[in-house]
Parts: sequence; structure tokens; C-alpha cells
Amino acid sequence: MAKETLNEDLITGQQTYVSLDNTIGSMVLDGKRHKKNWYVMLGIAFMLLNGFMLAVGWLLYQGVGVWGNNVPTGWAFDIINFVWWIGIGHAGTLISAILLLVRQQWRNSINRFAEAMTLFAVLCAAQYPLLHTGRPWVAAYWLMPYPNIMGLWPQFRSPLIWDVFAVTTYALVSILFWFVGLIPDLATLRDKSTNKIGQKIFGFLSLGWRGSMKHWHRYEQAYLLLAGLSTPLVLSVHTIVSYDFAMSIVPGWNVTVFPPYFVAGAVFAGFAMVLLIGLPLRAWYGLKDMITMKHIDWMCKIMLATGLIVFYGYFLEVFYAYYSANPAEISLAEWRFYGPYSPAYWALIICNGIIPQLLWVPKFRRNLPLVFIVCLFISVGMWLERFVIIPMSLMKNYLPASDRFYYPTIVDFTMFFGTIGLFFFMMWLFIRFLPVINMFEMKDLLFKQNLKKEKEAEEKQEAGVH
Amino acid sequence: MEPNEQKQGRLDIEAIRQELAGQGGKRYWRSLEQVADTQEFQLWLEDEFPHRKTLLEIDRRSMLKVMGASIALAGLSGCRGAFLDQEKAVPYVKQPEELVPGKPMFYATSIPLCGYGVGVLVEQHEGRPTKIEGNPDHPESQGSTNSIMQASILSMYDPDRSQNVSSAGEISTWEEYEKVLKEALAKQKSKQGAGIRILTDTVASPLLAASLDAFLEAYPAATWHSWDPIGRDNARGGSQAAFGKVVNTTYNLAQAKVIVSLDSDFLVSGPGHLRYSRDFADGRRLEVTGGSMNRLYQFESFPTVTGTNADHRWAIKASDVASVTAAIAAALGVASDAGAAPVDAATISKIVKDLQANPGTSAVIPGEGQPASVHHLCHAINEKLGNNGKTVLHGPRVDFGPANHLQSITQLTEAIKSSKVDILLILGANPVYNAPADLDFGNAIASAKLKVHHGLYFDETSAKCDWHLPLTHFLEEWGDVRGYDGTLSLIQPLIAPLFESKSHVELVQRALGNAEAPFNTLKSSYATRLPGKKWDIALNLGVIADSKPAEVAISVSGTAPSIPMLRVSGPEVILREDSHVFDGRYANNGWLQELPKPLSKITWDNAIHISPRMAQEKGIESEDEVELEFNGQKVKGGAWVLPGHPEDSITVLLGYGRTAGGTIANRAGFNAYPMRTSSALSWGHGGNLKKTNHIFPLSSVQVHHEMEGRDIVRTGTLAEWNADPALTPETKHHFEKVSMYPDKVFDYDGPQWGMTVDLNTCIGCNACVTACQAENNIPVVGKEQVKRGRELHWIRLDRYYVGGLDQPTETVHQPVMCVHCEKAPCEPVCPVGATMHSHEGLNQMVYNRCVGTRYCSNNCPYKVRRFNYLNYVDNQDQFMESSMDTPMIPVPLASDKKVIIPGKVTHEKTHGRNLLKMVQNPDVTMRGRGIMEKCTYCVQRINDTRIEAKKQGREIKDGEVVTACEQACPTKAIVFGNVADKESRVSKLREDKRSYLLLEELNTRPRTSYLGRVRNPNPEITA
Repeated sequence: MAKETLNEDLITGQQTYVSLDNTIGSMVLDGKRHKKNWYVMLGIAFMLLNGFMLAVGWLLYQGVGVWGNNVPTGWAFDIINFVWWIGIGHAGTLISAILLLVRQQWRNSINRFAEAMTLFAVLCAAQYPLLHTGRPWVAAYWLMPYPNIMGLWPQFRSPLIWDVFAVTTYALVSILFWFVGLIPDLATLRDKSTNKIGQKIFGFLSLGWRGSMKHWHRYEQAYLLLAGLSTPLVLSVHTIVSYDFAMSIVPGWNVTVFPPYFVAGAVFAGFAMVLLIGLPLRAWYGLKDMITMKHIDWMCKIMLATGLIVFYGYFLEVFYAYYSANPAEISLAEWRFYGPYSPAYWALIICNGIIPQLLWVPKFRRNLPLVFIVCLFISVGMWLERFVIIPMSLMKNYLPASDRFYYPTIVDFTMFFGTIGLFFFMMWLFIRFLPVINMFEMKDLLFKQNLKKEKEAEEKQEAGVH
Repeated sequence: MEPNEQKQGRLDIEAIRQELAGQGGKRYWRSLEQVADTQEFQLWLEDEFPHRKTLLEIDRRSMLKVMGASIALAGLSGCRGAFLDQEKAVPYVKQPEELVPGKPMFYATSIPLCGYGVGVLVEQHEGRPTKIEGNPDHPESQGSTNSIMQASILSMYDPDRSQNVSSAGEISTWEEYEKVLKEALAKQKSKQGAGIRILTDTVASPLLAASLDAFLEAYPAATWHSWDPIGRDNARGGSQAAFGKVVNTTYNLAQAKVIVSLDSDFLVSGPGHLRYSRDFADGRRLEVTGGSMNRLYQFESFPTVTGTNADHRWAIKASDVASVTAAIAAALGVASDAGAAPVDAATISKIVKDLQANPGTSAVIPGEGQPASVHHLCHAINEKLGNNGKTVLHGPRVDFGPANHLQSITQLTEAIKSSKVDILLILGANPVYNAPADLDFGNAIASAKLKVHHGLYFDETSAKCDWHLPLTHFLEEWGDVRGYDGTLSLIQPLIAPLFESKSHVELVQRALGNAEAPFNTLKSSYATRLPGKKWDIALNLGVIADSKPAEVAISVSGTAPSIPMLRVSGPEVILREDSHVFDGRYANNGWLQELPKPLSKITWDNAIHISPRMAQEKGIESEDEVELEFNGQKVKGGAWVLPGHPEDSITVLLGYGRTAGGTIANRAGFNAYPMRTSSALSWGHGGNLKKTNHIFPLSSVQVHHEMEGRDIVRTGTLAEWNADPALTPETKHHFEKVSMYPDKVFDYDGPQWGMTVDLNTCIGCNACVTACQAENNIPVVGKEQVKRGRELHWIRLDRYYVGGLDQPTETVHQPVMCVHCEKAPCEPVCPVGATMHSHEGLNQMVYNRCVGTRYCSNNCPYKVRRFNYLNYVDNQDQFMESSMDTPMIPVPLASDKKVIIPGKVTHEKTHGRNLLKMVQNPDVTMRGRGIMEKCTYCVQRINDTRIEAKKQGREIKDGEVVTACEQACPTKAIVFGNVADKESRVSKLREDKRSYLLLEELNTRPRTSYLGRVRNPNPEITA
């Protein structure tokens, strides 16, 4: 295998509009492009998903006691997984919205599946807030403000209610953003599709897109508006999620650094997940010309930057503990360093603090297996971060007598791996049935790139003439 | 009918005549049919319904007819009450006087605890007893209770209680039993009853004693034996040796300034402990005593509650206690040589100096487990100190029967082994489980001819007996009992027996042929003592006034016993009763099983306790499975490393590992009785402890033992308190009350509820925990759930050690329940507003609104919120699966399934559940799965009182609202009331300098405040 080189171009190889359409579109239209890998991955994900459904059934039948949670550790895997998934989702929105607004063209090749990833991650995250309650059948609507004759409303002082609004808004905007962005491509697929059913479905979904100037005009406006709406969400959702902790008086939670540190952590985890999906995808489906080494390089740099913010957060947590002189905070910090779960803390420091430092070295950033492994470490590390923050903080208390040990059950793990199954199941279905890369934006990019090249060639020529 | 059918049924008289005529000799015949040996008769013999038709014989039309009729008749069952028998209870047609539906009634009765009575008031809802409170008129209780008393209500509704008379595994009847007994007794008449043996546990009921005496009069050669595994043999033996007769020694600790306890856990165990703890606490209630305090020196062989309350504590081997006693005696000049004591002579002399400085106001209390010689010496010491008649009182013997239980059970076993026993009546005792192992009672019993066991449970002994007879719970029977000081109190039933049970008295009376109703038997026995109205008054009070016997003037005769001064090296094994399940008799009580043990905080198990040093030497950790070899027996159990445990000794708790104790009992712990021999009832030398490679999980509710230098429990010595009455801790936060908001947040009219807990008088006895459980319908969750950290107790007793690991200088208890913060962190975080503040300052849980996010619990700095992770109320299956292989089938309460299949377990789960439902307090909501709950300050009691006060058009008086924990507390350490009323007790205690708020620096402004703990060590003793 020839070593891939870092190239200035965002689209490499000899690409034409038709070749772009074919490379991406045929993944949907031509089932034969999906080889054994796709079936194996889908099968594994499906199995995990079934485990998830069994676990949820058992949970609903028995109660949250099938998990390991206790008093004082009221939250554990449920909220860890919720925060982890929400965090992963963030990269998608960041890529789509913020990079769009700041005109980062390189986002074009990764935004579609990053957005899909956001949606599925939010879907996974959304499993927990409801299921983690003691009585999901009433929590399902009591958390919503709805008019009722008893005049009962949710309590707007509770960060959990802010969470409900933040996450539902986030899910809605993400769906809209993703779908609106899909419309021109759906129309392309409708046109390219050779079978009746495909034509019908894509025709329906493309909402009568004809590619007229008016359509493009309105599309651009809607897309920008949605990007504008999404942008604050990137920051607000995880800020609000962090309020669940920061607003409380629990030692280890009551830290002002949480909002920025959570947002950075989310982006950090999100980019790791984008790479974890993107790297195999480009290898298996020949998308190397679209997701180029340059993309990977830049994403690694973003991870490095956000990872440093997160690492700084860890440092600040410890600093605050000692600076506060609060014995409960100090004892918690020491419990993290030396307690029975200290391996989790040190693993977190290694995964999120030490290993990402490899990405300083350009050579390592271009070593794809290594990047993949680093991303794996980051994903694990981000999960551990939530483990350290949530159950490990709750186990230690203001009154040492109420310290109790928490340990998860098999149902906890089944549900966690089950959501991973759910995520990948959706992801692989998406790869099969919808274009993973934004085709029209790639064509737009190719046009601009060609224009640029022509311009350069002209300039060169002119320079030669003179 | 067809002709041939007719013919078949007809008897051939002639044939019968010939048949009979042809026979020689005597031939008994029952009926003509038998003689004829007709086919019909054979059928009748074989089949209960000889002429029924099988399905194959019935044609279609008849089938339809029968089915139609069945369906029509089945519908008739809906007509119950109309023209069929009504089985269910109907509302009163005429309301009984005083009874208002929905209003509880209280009746006075007495609970026998290890035989000795304690007066109680029982709350009864429409004929259903639900809660036990102390009887303020009883000298021991004085209105307080302990955990066992609180939990005994649950025992009554225990679905595992034996419910039928049974014989050899078959359900039988009282009539059958009495027939058998009558025949057996008839044979004994000629022998004067020489083959009759009666075995009881401790009997302090004059009526039962009189009944037994009457029986012994009728059968003069019969013998009454007694066996109580945790009895008072040593105390009786000690007084016999010292005074030449058995007396009942009690202590008046209200007068005691200096107390020396020699391995006695007098604050929480043994007869009189409720009174002792109250008197002890009264002697240290600083705001009342004005700064004087009694002083307790404790020498003990196991960390006990009493030890944690001592001002000086020495953990010594049980065998060394005698040496210490001898040393004290020698220093006082009542015994000769002191020899080698484990505590240095200088210290002993300082203690003695303190004792001598308080003549007549000191007390030396020997432990029940210590041998008679130690008791004897203590009598001599107390006499020398002039304590007799002042702090140490000698009254006539309170209990009845043989004075030496060990001797008695040994004699009985020998008699059985030599086949002298024709009739063995066991009343209540469970010797197969708990008799000394060397007697081998379990196998010996087979040699007795007719063995009858009368007990609450079909237990280990029942299984080896020919007959098992169900015993009434004390709430179901008439009787009387003497208290710790001899005070008589009456036992009256609160409910008719739930099952076919009878009391001991009734059983003995019926054996004598007296079928009188138990009430009449009791009343007639008091005919002279309580004539006319006096009976009604006594019944109403529960206690017979002025029935305490006069003290006996007595002095120590005989010389002081010589105590071998040998200090034995090598590990010593101590066998102690459990503080909750006692000798095993309460082992099937879920409340007591789930109640954390006072120091180890273990639930649901006994353990092998060792000191940290021994653990280190042997490489043992808590929850390692260990094998203990002692007295030739090996037991396996979980190890528990207990700070403050004496070195070189191993303590095992008795009462566990039941094999036929009931569903709950059979699952808990291991049985240590096989190691307990006549020579080592309390302890013995030569234990061999080995670690196995397994883990023995133990569910302890507290895993962290130090305060980590935080300001949680404020402690100090009396001298420190005199210098700084606030006991300001070194680590106290400089906390300024700074707030942006006006400090009038809870400035409402009306009462503002608050509570104070005096840590100086709280002894850590757990009574409040069980009282709360009984009052507030708190379910038990089981060992596994406790292990997970999901127990539901609304009060938890935090226990912290101060000082070194091996011998902590201080062990403190702190009851923590919801402190009802004025600015509660739990309230703003609930997304649905399920926890709110009431205008009277209560932090309320709205169960119906709770969705169970558990955020409130996370945000509670006191961690007093409890979550129903599973459906603990209904899912009590874990306690319902019967593991008993006996035919005891609970068929209580309107069960429609009265079919009993002997030898088969047909334990209907719902039956047990129905029975357990009876114990619930109807004033408190049951909490389902997924709901948060916590202490409510007994809001139901507040509301009840408020309504009553409103009806009478007045304010609620101070002390009128009594929470369950406050009511039970033996030392009255908990005070509840209106903090807005500056004159209330609670306000005054909040103003006390010792008062502090837990985690005040968080600005949660708790309504519960604590009063710091003050010790009174002897300034001369520094160690």
C-alpha cells in the first residue's frame, strides 16, 4: 500500500462531478458495494442492540434496581452513558454548524456522517434520561410543561428540566439540519436511482427538489439559519448538561470550570468518534479522495487542542479541591488518586491526558492505525472521565459514614454496550441507505478547487509570459 | 333405573347369615355390607365417592346438564352475604363504645424479654395491633422500648410461625394431641409422674409457675427443668455463693456516680437495661445536672454499646475479667491476693480510689457471661463500698424454676439418655438448637417416649418431637409476668390468636384437665390480689401498682472465692448472644436481621470478630471466609475486623445458622452452638483460626469509620466542656451568615418543627431505627440489597472511631435522619417539584409526584434520602419462599385454600404477604418502586395532633407531638417540638451552648440540631 501523503487539496485524485456522484451515490444505489465488512458490523451491532432491548425490558419489569446504583450513588452508568453520548454527538454539530459559518470548506466531506453520528448519539443518549428514572411511565410527560387541571408544572429551577429542554431542542434542530442538508442529495439519488422503489422513496424524501435557482437560494438560507440556530447549541447543550453537576453541592461536582471543560470534552470525544467511523469508512468504500489526509490531520489538531483544555480541567479540579480547603473536596481528590477506583482515574489521565500528546508529532498524525488507536483511547478516556465525575464523586460524601461502594451489574454493561450496538446499527443502516458524504457540497468544493487551480495556472502562465 | 343396577345394590341377607355362622371365635363386624363383602363395600372402601361417574360414563346430554348446573351454581358464590354464608367481616352494626374507625386505640400489656416482662402500650387499629410503645407506668420501660420490643410486632404476623398442631409430619388437632397426652398421663398416675419432664426457658410468670406447680403437685415425681442458653445462671450462682440464697440484684444507677462494669453490657442487654440506660443517661444530662456527670469504667471482652459509652474502656480477654475483679477486690481489702491483672496496678488503684471516694454512690456491675465467682466478688465489693440498698438492690428472686439451668439441662439429658423419660413437655425452649453441644441433646431426645414441643415456630426441636403445638404470641394471650425488679404486670391479648395456638399456661392447665378459658384462669388467680375494680385498674395500667417486692436485707457471708490468677495465653474464643436476634429466637424477624449491629454495622449475618492486630498477623481481612476450630468443632464464617476488639481473642455471635427457624432465619449466618459446650458457655481457650480461600460477603452499612478531622460529632471531656461549653472543634469553619436574601424566609405563623439529638445521652442502641421502621412502614430489602447500599432505614446510626485503630479512644454514635433543612439542597433540583417545604418547616416528599430521578439524594449532603430501587413492598418473595421441609402451611386470613398436603411445601406466597400486610401502619403511605423517601418528622403524628388541638380550639402543646424515634429512645436523647416557641424544650436545647448544626458551613440551616458529646474521664488516668 502506497503511503498516503498530506496534500494541499481537499479532494484528491482525478475527480469529476460524475465520478463524485458515482463514488458516493453508488454506496446507496448499488448494494454490491457493501462487502462482508458491512454485514459483519451490522450483525454485531444488531446483536448488541438485542441485548439492549432485553436489558431495557428487564429494567422496566424490575425497576432501576437491576443496575448497581445505590444511595449515595444515585447516578452511575445511566448518567455516564447519557453524558458520553451527548458529548460524542457534539462533533457533528460543530462540524456542520460552526465550520459552516466560518466557511471551513474542508467540512464538506465529513459533515454528513458527522451529523448522522450526532443524531444517533443523541438517540442513544436519549435512552437514558427517561429509563434512569424510577417511574419512566410518569416521567415521560411530567418532565414536560403541559397544561393540566392541577396546575402542576415542572420545576424550572432544576437543572434536569433545563436538560430536558436543551436535549430536546438539540435533537430537533439536529434532525432538521441533517434532513435539510440531505435534500439536494436525495434528489440526486432519485434521479440516479434505477429501481421504482428507490425512485419513489427518494422522490418523496427530496420534497420535490428540482435544483432551480429559487430552490438553491432558499436552501442556502434555510441551511444558514439552521446553522445559526445550531451554533449556540454546541455550546449550550453540554454547558447545561454540566450544570446537572456544577449546580449541585456534591463534592467533586460543584466546580465552575465544568461548562467549558464539558464542552471541550464533548468536541474532543466527538472528533474521536468521527475518526473512529471515518477511518474504516474511507478504507472500505474507497473514499480516500474525499476524506483526505488533510482532513485527518486537521481533526487530529482539533483533538489535540480540546484534549489540552480537558487536561487543564482535570488539573483545575485537583487545584480547586486543595485550594478550597474543603475537607470533603480534598478527601474526594485523594480518593480519586488512591481509592479503590483509582485505576479508573489514572487510566483517564493516561487516555485523555498523555496519549493524545502523540498527536503533536506530524508523523503520528499521518499514521492511520495509530490515529485510530489514539481515538479509541480518547473514547474510553471520555467514558472514564464521566465515571470519575459521577459515581466516584457520589461515593464520597460530606459525612464519611455515608460513603458506600458502588459496583455495576451485568445489566449496566448490557445497556451500555447495547447503546453502542444501537449507535452502530443505525450508522451502518445510514451508510447503506443514505449518502455518507454530501455529494453536492463535494461538487461545489471540486468546482471551487478547479477554479482555484485554473486561477493559479493562469497566474503561473502570466508570470511565465512576463 | 335399570333392573340389574337395582340388583347389584341389594344385600343378600341369607348369604350374610351363612357367612357369619361359618366362622369360629370372635369376629367383629361393622356392618352388614362388610360381612357381605359386596362389591359395593369394596368400592366404598377404596373410593370416597363410590357412585360417581367418570367422564367416560357420562353421555353428552348429561354432561351438558351437569356443566350448566355447575356454572349456574358457581355464579351463586357471588351471592355471599345475600343468602349464602358471609365469611368476610362486616362493619359494626352497633359501634362498640370508644371505638372510632380510623382512630387507633392503645392497650397496656407486657412483653416477656428473655422471660422478664417489660410493660408496653400497643397501638391497635380496628382490632389489628400495629405498633408497640413503652408503658410509662412500667419501671423498666418508662415509656421507652428497645429494638426487639419494636420488632416483636412483626414476629406476630410472621407467616413462618407454626400454625397447626402437627404430629410426625402430619397436621393434627389439639383434640388428638390431648387424647394422646391423656393416655400417657394416665399411665404416669401410678408412678406419681416419675416419667414426666417439663422443660421451659426462663419463666417469670407467676401464673405459669403456679400452673406448673399445680402440675407437679398432681404428679409429684415429675420434674421441671429449665434451659435458657443466655440465662442468668452466673448471677444466680453468684448470689447463692455470696448470700447463701438466690436474690435478684438490680442497680439504681440514678444514684450512681461511679460505675465499674466488668464485661457487662448493661445499657442494652439483660433484664432492666432500659431502666439502666435511662438512669445512666440522666446522670450525664448536663443541662439538667448542672455540670455533674457520672463516670463509667468498662472492662470488656467484646466491643459493646456500653463500652462505647464508657469514660474509660479496656478491651481485655474474657478470662482476664476475673483477674481485674480480684485486683479491685484486693485493693478494697475484700479479697486476698490480686495477682496478675491485665491492667496495671496503678490504674486499678486509681479506679478503686474513685470508687472509695463515692461510697454508696458507686456500683460494680458484673457481666452475665462472667462466672459466678466474679458475681460473688462483685457482691462483696459493692457491700464494702456501702452500695447495698442504695445503688445495688437485692430483691427476692424474680424467676421461677431451677436456679441452675446448665445443671438442669444436663440432668434432663441424662434422664432421657437413661430412658427414664416417658413424657417430655418442652415449653418454648429450643434445646435441640441451643443446648450445650457436649450434651448432644439433639440425638439424646430420641430416647424420650412422648415428646411434645410447644413453641412459636416449628423449629429444630419440633422436628425431633412427636408433637408440635403452636404457641400464642404475647399479643394473643392472657398472662402475667414479673419485670426485672419483680414488678408484676399483666399480659392481655390485642387480637384473637391468628392460628390454632394456645399459651403455655393454657397448655399446662389443659394437661391438668382444666379447660377453663385463659382469661378466667388469670383473673381467678388474681381474685384476692386484685378484687373488683382493682383488676380493671391493673388491666388498664398494665402494671400492678406496688407489686415490686421489698428488698431483702442481706449481707455477704462466706469467704470471697479465690480466683485463679493465671493469665492464659493463646487465643480465646468468646461465644456471645447477638444483640438483635439474641440466642436465635428472633432470627426470623426481618427488621432485626436488617438492623445494623451496633458496632460492626453488619446486617443479616453473624461473623467471626477479631482485632485488627490479629487480622494483620493472620493476613485476614473483613469478609474473608475463615474456619474456626474450637472444642473439636469447625465452623466456617465471614471474618470481621473490629477495632477495639481485645487482642488474642476471637468472638463469635450465636443465634444464627438456624436450620428450622423460618425462611429468614435459615438463610442468615452460621451456627456457632456446636462449639458451645457446658464448660465453655461464654468462652474457652484454644481456638484455631484459619483463612480459607473464599470470600464470605457480609453486608455492613458503614464502611468508612473515621471523621477525617471534620466537624461532624463534637466531643470533649468534662474539663474541656467547662472551659468551652460549645466544644468548638479545631477544624471549625469560620462561617459567617452572609446572605443576599432577607433572613425571614420561614417567618410564618404557627409551629415550626425542629428536633435535637443529644449525642451525650445517645447510647447508640438502635431502638429509634426499628421504631421508625415500625411506624413508617419501612420494608426490609434483604442482604444482597443492603450489600448494594439500598437499605431503606430512615434513621441511620453513624458510628465513628476516634484514636488508634487497635483500641480507639472513643467510639461515637450519631443518629442521622433527614434534618429538614430550611434551605434544602434537595428541593430546587427536583425536576417535578416532588420535594417541597411545608409552611411548618417540614421538608416533604410528595410520593405521588416523584418520578425517581434521584437527583435530590445526590444533592443531599447528609445522604438521608432512601430510594426504592425495586418494589420492596410487594416483592418480599425473597422472604416468602419457604425453605422449611415441614408441613407447616400458612393458611391465614380468609384463605380459600385450606387443603393441606402433609409433607409438602405448599407455601402460598400471597398468604404470607397478606399476613405481613397486617403490620402496616394505616396512617403512613406505602411507597412503591421508583420512589424517593425519607424521614418525615412523623408528619402523620403531627397532623393527628394538630387536628386534635384544632378540635379543642387550642395551640399544640410542647411535647404533644412525639415522633416514633423520640418515643422509643430509652435515654430520651431525641427531643422534638416547635422551634418557633422559645419556651419549648427543643428551643431551649437549641440554645444550649453544646448545640451545633451538622454541616453548618453548607448553609442548609437544618432544623435538627445536635448536642455535643461530653465524656467524664478520670483526670488521674491518662491512658
